[in-house]
Amino acid sequence: MTLIIQTGSIQRRLALQLSIVAGILSFTLFMLIQVVAERAAMDTQDNILKASAASIADALYTENGIVRLELPYSALSMLGTISQDRVFYRVLFKGETLTGYDDLPLQNENSLTNKSKFSTFRYKGEEVRSIMLKRSIGVNGAFSDAVIIVAQTRLGLNLISQKITRTATAIGVVFFLFGTGLSVWAANIALTPLNRIAIAVSRRGPKDLRPVTGTSPLELKPLVDALNSFILRLKSSLLRSEDFISEAAHRVRTPLATVRTQAEVIHRSLNKSKNKTALREMIRAIDESSRSAGQLLDHAMVNFRADQFEVNTVNLPELVRDVCERLSPLAGLKDIVINIQSQESDMSFQGDTILLQNALRNILDNAIKYSPDDSEISVNCFRNEKFVISFQDSGRGFSGIDHTDRFTRGTNVSDVIGSGLGLTIANDVAIAHGGSLFINDSKKGVGSCVSLVLPI
Amino acid sequence: MRYLLVEDNIQLAKAVSDRFALEGHAVDHAVSLSEAKEFMALTTYQLILLDIMLPDGDGRSFLRLHRVNKNKTPVIILTARSEVSDRINLLDLGADDYITKPFDFRELEARCRAVLRRQDGLADNTLQIAGTILDTLEGSLKIGDKVERLRNRELRLIEIFFSSPNKIFSKNHLMDRLFSFSEEVSENAIEVYVGRLRKKLEKSDVRIETIRGLGYRFVVEK
Repeated sequence: MTLIIQTGSIQRRLALQLSIVAGILSFTLFMLIQVVAERAAMDTQDNILKASAASIADALYTENGIVRLELPYSALSMLGTISQDRVFYRVLFKGETLTGYDDLPLQNENSLTNKSKFSTFRYKGEEVRSIMLKRSIGVNGAFSDAVIIVAQTRLGLNLISQKITRTATAIGVVFFLFGTGLSVWAANIALTPLNRIAIAVSRRGPKDLRPVTGTSPLELKPLVDALNSFILRLKSSLLRSEDFISEAAHRVRTPLATVRTQAEVIHRSLNKSKNKTALREMIRAIDESSRSAGQLLDHAMVNFRADQFEVNTVNLPELVRDVCERLSPLAGLKDIVINIQSQESDMSFQGDTILLQNALRNILDNAIKYSPDDSEISVNCFRNEKFVISFQDSGRGFSGIDHTDRFTRGTNVSDVIGSGLGLTIANDVAIAHGGSLFINDSKKGVGSCVSLVLPI
Repeated sequence: MRYLLVEDNIQLAKAVSDRFALEGHAVDHAVSLSEAKEFMALTTYQLILLDIMLPDGDGRSFLRLHRVNKNKTPVIILTARSEVSDRINLLDLGADDYITKPFDFRELEARCRAVLRRQDGLADNTLQIAGTILDTLEGSLKIGDKVERLRNRELRLIEIFFSSPNKIFSKNHLMDRLFSFSEEVSENAIEVYVGRLRKKLEKSDVRIETIRGLGYRFVVEK
């Protein structure tokens, strides 16, 4: 139970607690109705008993010094109105039974002071309610007490009491159900602002760093404020690292450019093939580090930009052509031909141009890097259920590596040196647009096909 | 062709100039924007290579002015900054292309070629030897009425031969010019390209001779 309360939903917990309260209230109500109604029923019986006893008492008269009783029919018939109850009576004068059941017990007579006294006891195997009434009757100038006892079984009363219990139960149950319904509703209403904030926070993507806006109840304000300040700090820290990467890339690249060009010049003037090889290695290392710097920067940019998603209408075939044109000189160096096939109509996509451009550039750059000389890269841009832009190369493929791992930062085909960021960037961009990145076929030697799939 | 290089890093500029000279292009080197303006007042250039961060200003403002003045000379930006938003801005400002430092000279050359090719009505870019016409921008070889398309490496190789007929080029030299450093190639790879060129030159009066142990030579058949 405590576990449920600690870990379960607050709403359920609140509803449960309110329901328990409703239950207690319902039970109290039930008891109350029961007690009051039974009391009323009993009072009714008592009143009738009293009236009956009184009418018997009124019927007592003295004749020739003898107390006589003309038992009025109504005195007993009025008792019969309730139900099939049996009625007993006894009339005593001076301690002697005048008429009736002489074994009908007398109640403590001393406490009787010219008044009626009610009591409940068992008589002839049944519970009876009785009244004892004292009346002074003058016989020959002297007053003596006549005692009238009228008793009635309680069958009718029990019947009424059962009826009352049923009614009270029904009322209690209805009240409980109503109360529970109200509890659920109240819990729901009470938690609406909390749910709203929870949804607002959870609906956003992992990279959405806008502060949580909208009104929040007083109780939640500290939480929301804390969350917002946390988001703000995270954002500024991201911005700082962005700046840092950008700055670092700049500082590293300029001297690298000089070193590279100089090395190239020296390489040309050298004749010894051993030295040439060494210099080649050096230049290659420079190229790799500058490529990595570029990709790191792209990655940081993509991460950063995914937060402030700028949506505009992108003409996908145009974008694909732009990117291919931009990279075709690079492909030409290896005599790689880029073939573009694209569907022209209905290719408008709502997305961030810069992010998409980055993704496409990185996929194509990868394809060019790992394609053999004199090969072809087919770029397909079409729409079926989704927008698909695929790059088919005849490179070495991605064999020997888990394709899902391929998209994590720093994963690479085992013997290839590189930052492994190219496809990570493309994948991040795809995810930011609600799409995905696929590596389709990669049978060794046949090449691979990387597809960027975007929702329509 | 005449290029203007605006770059404040002297060593880099010198190396780039040297490389372009090797390809047969004249390069004027300006170390600042003001110097670049002086150069441009004196002569016309086919292409401008522009660094972004210069001692006396931002290359981008130069570029903007260049375009406002309706100057059609294509501009390629050399930049160490590589924020992508920067790249976009550069192209918006009217740069024809950009290349990030450090760059492979071959890539720079290829980009220059691509930019020049897009430029219409450019001066004659053809070289002619013994009736064989080489269009260096189009990448085509015209022998008689027949036009042969050349692939990138074939073009670069034949350009080298066209620039110095009768000169012997070693395999090593040709390889350096043809292959980028990231490629692992054997010395024999050059033979493939020489073979292809020979096939395309079959009907012409020029041929590529193999000089045993030394390399290749481009000669006119007697």
